[in-house]
Amino acid sequence: MAKILGGLCTSHVPAIGAAIDQGLTQEPYWKPLFDGYEPAREWLKEVAPDVIILVYNDHATAFSLELIPTFAIGVSDKFQPADEGWGPRPVPTVYSDSELAWHLSESLILDEFDMTMVNKMDVDHGLTVPLNIACGEPDEWPCKVIPLAVNVVQYPPPTGKRCFNLGRSIRRAVDSYDQDLKVVVFGTGGMSHQLHGERAGLINSEWDKQFLDKLSSNPKALTEIPFLEYVTEAGAEGIELVMWLIMRGALNDEVKEVYRHYHVPASNTATGLIILE
Amino acid sequence: MPVIPKDFDDIPGTYLFERNRSREGYHLNMFCMSLMKDENRKAFLADEAKYLDDFPMTAEQRRCVLERDYLGMVKVGGNIYYTSKLGATSGHSFQYMAGEMSGLGQEKYRDMMVNGGRSIEGNRSKSEKE
Repeated sequence: MAKILGGLCTSHVPAIGAAIDQGLTQEPYWKPLFDGYEPAREWLKEVAPDVIILVYNDHATAFSLELIPTFAIGVSDKFQPADEGWGPRPVPTVYSDSELAWHLSESLILDEFDMTMVNKMDVDHGLTVPLNIACGEPDEWPCKVIPLAVNVVQYPPPTGKRCFNLGRSIRRAVDSYDQDLKVVVFGTGGMSHQLHGERAGLINSEWDKQFLDKLSSNPKALTEIPFLEYVTEAGAEGIELVMWLIMRGALNDEVKEVYRHYHVPASNTATGLIILE
Repeated sequence: MPVIPKDFDDIPGTYLFERNRSREGYHLNMFCMSLMKDENRKAFLADEAKYLDDFPMTAEQRRCVLERDYLGMVKVGGNIYYTSKLGATSGHSFQYMAGEMSGLGQEKYRDMMVNGGRSIEGNRSKSEKE
C-alpha cells in the first residue's frame, strides 16, 4: 500500500531560483539561507520518496484570468518548466506518476473535493523552486512529482479549513492506493511577505514563528485563521500559507518536528522551511 | 455573509485583488500575460504603443504601462503576478518593483529587507498608521 512518510513546507521565492540559476548561492547574501537547506536535502535523500505531491500556486503562468481553478491537479506524466517572462528556468522536466494522480483525482472528487484535472500545464517557480530547495540541482529530479495547484491570487482563495480538509482527503486517497509507494507531501509558499503597494516589504517574524509552532502542535487553531488576518499580519501575499495546511492535513494528528529553518530576507520574503513526520 | 469584507480597505498600502480590481484590470493583466512569449516581448519592446493597441485598456492603464508606473498599475486593477511579467520584460525584478511601489527605491528597500523588513507595528490598519 502507498504510505505518506512525512511532509515538508517551504517558501518558493522566485529569487531563490534565480540565485541558483545564476550560481549565487555561496554569496554572503544567500549563503545563510542555502546552508539551512542542507539538512532538508539530507532528510529527503534518506526518506527517498517515490512520489512527491507538491502543493503550490500558479503565479499567472499556466492559468490566467481566463480560467481560475481553486484546486487543480496535474494528471499527465510530465510537465515542463514555464517561461515566466524571462525564459524557462534551466531545471529538469518534471515527471509525474500519472496513475496515482488519476487515483487522487477520482478519490478526491468522490470525497467531494471538486478538483480541476489538468493534462497540459507548464509549472512555474512555485513548483520548481521547492524542488531545488529540497533536492539541490540534479540533472533529473530524484522522484516523480504530482503538481497540485491552489488559487491564492484571485480573491477568494480557499479557506485554511478547506485546505486542511483537502489534506485529510489526500491522506485517505493515498492510504487506499494499492501499490507500494513512499509518498511525501510538500506545502509551499509564504511566509510573511507583501510584494505590492506602499506596504511592500512587510515581514512579521513573530507571527510566522507562532504559525510554525502551531503547524506541529495545534494545526486546528491555524485552520480558524480568517483571510483578513493572513493579509493583515502576514502581508497580502502571505495568504499562500493556507497551502501549508494541505500538507498538515495529510499527516497524523500527532507529528514529530524533524527540522525547521527560518530566514529573513530572501528578496521580499521571510522564508520558512519545516519538516514533519 | 459579506463576500468582499469592507475591512479590506483599512489595510494601508494594500490593494487586494478582489472582484472589482479583477474586472477593472482584466485587459491590463491579460496584456501582461501575453509577455510570457518571447516573440510578444520582442514585438512589445519594438513598438510599445502599437502593441498596446491590441488591448482595450483605459488611458490611465496605458500610461502606467508605458511609464512603468508599477504602483499606478496596482491602483487600476493590475495584479503583481501579472505586472511582474512586464517587469521581467523590462529587466525589473520583483525587488525593484517593490522598491518603486513602496516609494523607497530599490537600494533603500533592499536595505530595509536586509534589516528585517517593514515592521508590522503601525502597519495593520490605516487608523493605527495615522
